[in-house]
Amino acid sequence: MIYLTRRAEFSASHYYHNPALSAEENRRVFGKCNNPHGHGHNYTVEVTVAGEVDDTTGMVLDLKDLKAVLESEVLELMDHKFLNKEVPVFATKIPTTENIAVEIWNLLAAKLPSGRLHRIRLYETDDLYVDYYGE
Amino acid sequence: MMVSLTKRYRFSASHRLHNEGLSTEENSRVFGKCNSPYGHGHNYIVEVTLRGPIDPSTGMVMDLGLLDQTVQQEVLDRFDHTYLNLDVPNFQGRVPTTENLCVEIYNLLRGRLEAAEGNAHLEKVRLEETSSNSFEYSGVTANKSEQAMREKR
Repeated sequence: MIYLTRRAEFSASHYYHNPALSAEENRRVFGKCNNPHGHGHNYTVEVTVAGEVDDTTGMVLDLKDLKAVLESEVLELMDHKFLNKEVPVFATKIPTTENIAVEIWNLLAAKLPSGRLHRIRLYETDDLYVDYYGE
Repeated sequence: MMVSLTKRYRFSASHRLHNEGLSTEENSRVFGKCNSPYGHGHNYIVEVTLRGPIDPSTGMVMDLGLLDQTVQQEVLDRFDHTYLNLDVPNFQGRVPTTENLCVEIYNLLRGRLEAAEGNAHLEKVRLEETSSNSFEYSGVTANKSEQAMREKR
């Protein structure tokens, strides 16, 4: 079993707000992330695929295919977007790094040409990342 | 849905690896240049990993402000710009290796973080002494790991 990781970057803005909470509670819970005009990050996503090495190609999966899926499923949807307003799933779900990682998993898991999705690691900054294993 | 969240912090400190129970020659042999009498320093990077379910109300595993505040109080205020051997009580009678510092940071953070957030638990502390040396501790005591090794046999 080999674990293969591909990294991609996208830039997006977001803000944190729960409509079920009052304006004061939102400010208390989310602090400066509650600014309704949003703020941005350069996100780095690492997609790790687990699989066996194919005897014919020596590969777990074709990296071109993985790149293409990542672009069509994730980057086109999220890159240079205001996640709350432009990505439908975040109309009702707060686009925290945790929730974005889970969403990227959901977008990719069934679309991989081969291998099995093992982990999504999403960096919001160099100093902050989350890992999601689909559990 | 369980997510692991990792946040990285930095502090600078000096230390000397020296065991009072050993002779000068033994200290020099065991610890090499880290036994240099006046100590030496590192820029440490500490990575704190919390694991838990995503709170549906906040979309988060843990309030990052609370995590920052806890790490600031328990780790950075305590160790940053100190000589670990002399300035903090944590290493009286214990060699301030990065292994021991990693375990100490884990123990300092664990109780406070888990009391603050019932659902998230401290999964791991990873401490980098230099870009080439790093240590990880997940709260498994030697007794437990020895027991696990015995069970394996």
